[in-house]
Amino acid sequence: MTPRQKMFAILACVFLIVIIIDLVRRRKLREEFSWLWLMAGAVIMILSIWDSLLISFAKFIGIETPVSAILFFAIVFIFSIALHFSIKISSLTNQIKNLAQEIALCKIKCGKGADDKDRK
Amino acid sequence: MKKPLIIIPAFNEEEHVVSVIAGIRDSFPECEILVLNDGSTDRTAILARGTGCLVMDLPIHFGYGNTLQTGYKYALQNDYEYVIQVDGDGQHDPGSIEVIFKELIKAECDIIIGSRFFNNNYKTPFLRKLGMRLFAKMAGMITNEAFSDPTSGFRGFNKKAIKLYCKDLYPSDFPDVDLIIMSTRCGLKIKEVPVNMRPASGRKSMHSGLRPVYYVFKMFLSIAVNLLRNKDI
Repeated sequence: MTPRQKMFAILACVFLIVIIIDLVRRRKLREEFSWLWLMAGAVIMILSIWDSLLISFAKFIGIETPVSAILFFAIVFIFSIALHFSIKISSLTNQIKNLAQEIALCKIKCGKGADDKDRK
Repeated sequence: MKKPLIIIPAFNEEEHVVSVIAGIRDSFPECEILVLNDGSTDRTAILARGTGCLVMDLPIHFGYGNTLQTGYKYALQNDYEYVIQVDGDGQHDPGSIEVIFKELIKAECDIIIGSRFFNNNYKTPFLRKLGMRLFAKMAGMITNEAFSDPTSGFRGFNKKAIKLYCKDLYPSDFPDVDLIIMSTRCGLKIKEVPVNMRPASGRKSMHSGLRPVYYVFKMFLSIAVNLLRNKDI
């Protein structure tokens, strides 16, 4: 890695980590979703600082240049976070379904369904 | 409660819902009717309420499977022994409800499916027929029982089946062949009886556009994962 690449990678990581922590602080991002992002930032930071670690790891898995290894890890990370979201969305969909069914059942129990329609 | 609950899932069925309810009352007066209004944007709910039967409004448009499941949950909460589902588009002949109910109270089987292919008077487009045959064969091979119409939505259930279908494992979009396989794997007994079905009305069906492609894909996936799951779900 050239010093310029290293500098840029470290700055990008610091920027990412600061933004994530600020989002959690302002309650725009829940802690449960922030850890994956923070971990990704930390890993890229470590690998950029000790690029010998990155180079030997890239060699170990058969990647020629360390930059490609970083890109590879970035893609793996993006895939895993997208999968994580798909799993989350599936469980949310199920929860919404159950909630909506519960509302419909409660409404019919209270006879409210008819009342609401009459008011309209 | 020995009276069966007839559930009618209806999404924008203002043209048919009243005649479906009237047909059911004519041919099978000994029942309670619950219309499941799946977030219709037309006058389905108002017209259904006008007939004096019970209408459940789902807060959002849910899709066929989720809507039916809400009906099963209602049946379970209110302690109904039997549920028969009849589509709101008038395709299912109310005259056949009695056939399904008689079979249900024999208590030999937990699920009764009304098959349109026993009396060979039902016309289907070639591709759909091919698909239905294929899935019927698959269901037959996996469950070791012969099914002529596993995609039929005209079905009756006893309490054992209703209890199972209230769980989260119930498929939410197209509960057909995968549901049959899941049910047999959970130890429920299924039987087919001949019913009359009218060809689908001219309007856009649930299976139009790219939906059949998704349907086939979903069915294969759903059947495969069903087989990979533990039996005692």
